Amino acid sequence: MIRISGLSHSIAGTPILRDIDLTIPRGGITALIGPNGAGKSTLLSLIARLQKIQTGTITVGDLTIGTASDQDLARTLAVMAQSSHVQARLRLSELVSFGRYPWNRGRPGPQDHARVEQALERFGLIPLRDRFLDEISGGQRQRAFAAMAYVQDTPYLLLDEPLNNLDIAAARDLMSLVRDMADTDGRTVVIVLHDINYATAFADHLVVMKDGAIAAQGRPDQTVSEALLEQVFGTRARVEILQDRPVVLV
Amino acid sequence: MSDTALAPARSRRRILPLSLRLWGLLILLVACAAGYMLIGAEAPWSFLLPYRGAKLAALVLVGVALSVATVVFQTLTANRILTPSLMGFDALYIFVLTLMVHSLGATAYANIPVGLIFTINLGSMALLGLLLFAVLLRLARGDMVRLVLTGIVLGLLIRSITEFVQRLIDPNEFQTVQSLSVARFTQVDTGLLALSSLAIGVGLVLAWRLRLRLDVLALGDAAATGLGEPPAKLQRHAMLVICLLVASATALVGPMASQGAGPSSFFGLIVTAIAHVLTPTHRHSVLLPSAALIGGIILVGGQLMAERVFALATPLIVVIELIGGGVFLIVLLKRRAA
Repeated sequence: MIRISGLSHSIAGTPILRDIDLTIPRGGITALIGPNGAGKSTLLSLIARLQKIQTGTITVGDLTIGTASDQDLARTLAVMAQSSHVQARLRLSELVSFGRYPWNRGRPGPQDHARVEQALERFGLIPLRDRFLDEISGGQRQRAFAAMAYVQDTPYLLLDEPLNNLDIAAARDLMSLVRDMADTDGRTVVIVLHDINYATAFADHLVVMKDGAIAAQGRPDQTVSEALLEQVFGTRARVEILQDRPVVLV
Repeated sequence: MSDTALAPARSRRRILPLSLRLWGLLILLVACAAGYMLIGAEAPWSFLLPYRGAKLAALVLVGVALSVATVVFQTLTANRILTPSLMGFDALYIFVLTLMVHSLGATAYANIPVGLIFTINLGSMALLGLLLFAVLLRLARGDMVRLVLTGIVLGLLIRSITEFVQRLIDPNEFQTVQSLSVARFTQVDTGLLALSSLAIGVGLVLAWRLRLRLDVLALGDAAATGLGEPPAKLQRHAMLVICLLVASATALVGPMASQGAGPSSFFGLIVTAIAHVLTPTHRHSVLLPSAALIGGIILVGGQLMAERVFALATPLIVVIELIGGGVFLIVLLKRRAA
């Protein structure tokens, strides 16, 4: 599990996170939701060690962020990258094989190739394997990054707003793949989502944030309500229960 | 984005495998070197071998060192139009030169042993490099853009002071400064050659050992961190390698950018642009040797042309800057279009 205690963070004097204590259970998908500026992405980037922790501690499994070695962490915690940051001209299969880096330090062996091959198959990327990353659609690229995180073979996987700029087909497709990683491979997934309906549809556990603190958490059907929307997001929207799942009518 | 997805996937198969291309480049470099040694060999070999051999070695050393440094620098800054000369090494070289000529006079400067000048140059540039990443890298908090911009401003500052000192200088002494302000391969001291080949050799080994980590860095900071390769650590190592390579090359022959000015040394730019065309890959285990070989070919081949075809009428650097300007424009405009 991921244990966060006493975590505070401020950027240029403005507090972003205020003394957060949170335990994210092992297994399943935990979604971080909340209004813009609630601190979801900051929290995720601190777990992903993309920013230095100012106060507080985070442990992932039995590793403490900040003291554990980079390699151990990379074998425990995968972060699905934002596709916009890749400047190298890469073929899709080359990108996916980078996921094996924490295990082979850039010297892939036969089992690494087999693993990549299997991931390409599973994520439906075989026909695209020789394409360059700038030649495929946004949804295909996100799927490639998901495959890269998959072959990293870590018990924990972090995703920061992976559905940005994806159409409904690509978004549902990606979420099903993430769901499958949690169910079939037992990965613990922590994901920042904007759309509450995606969160209630795919996540097992919701953490709702507001103003740098945890506002609510729990199972989706017990967390999302009209009262919560008004209190946390400051908007009045109807919530209907459809097939045992709360759906926000926008 | 999505309309290009329809392009046939297999149409970009490589005609020649990358390893074969590297061998081709090596053969070309050897051919250039052989041509340089053999063409017009009229003097006895006891004279020619050390005379031409030293010049050839200097050309290859500088070409390889600057090319490798440029590839590493471009990966570090995630920018294909920058070269390490941005960091003000060339400007500093001319500054130190101007200062020495001004304070000692041209005659006294000429009497300083070359080894001492080399040491002073290497020392001052190492100091600048140290300043850049011990102080600035911390101040810039790993922000490469800020670091590079600071480097540019620092170079500008050094250049301005240099110009100020040059105004105070005696016109005859100014001529000395000017003639020494462009890289020369015409006279090379064998002692210096040994010293700098040692330094450059160390730099090359270190760069080669970084190759797999640089591949990961090219994925972006977040992805690199996620794969266990935090950029801050890697940037420090890579900057050290770049400083070592550029400082030793510059101390050996002088600045590669004319007057230490210009947005970037065009030499490194030409080399990496060609390397990306001839060996299109993200892998530094190919890019580094490819750039090194191309750098050697350009300098050795270019000097061969300059000496044999143009009879030393035009300095090699001027030709390189001319071609480099064109390449710079093409790279810049192509990036816009893409």
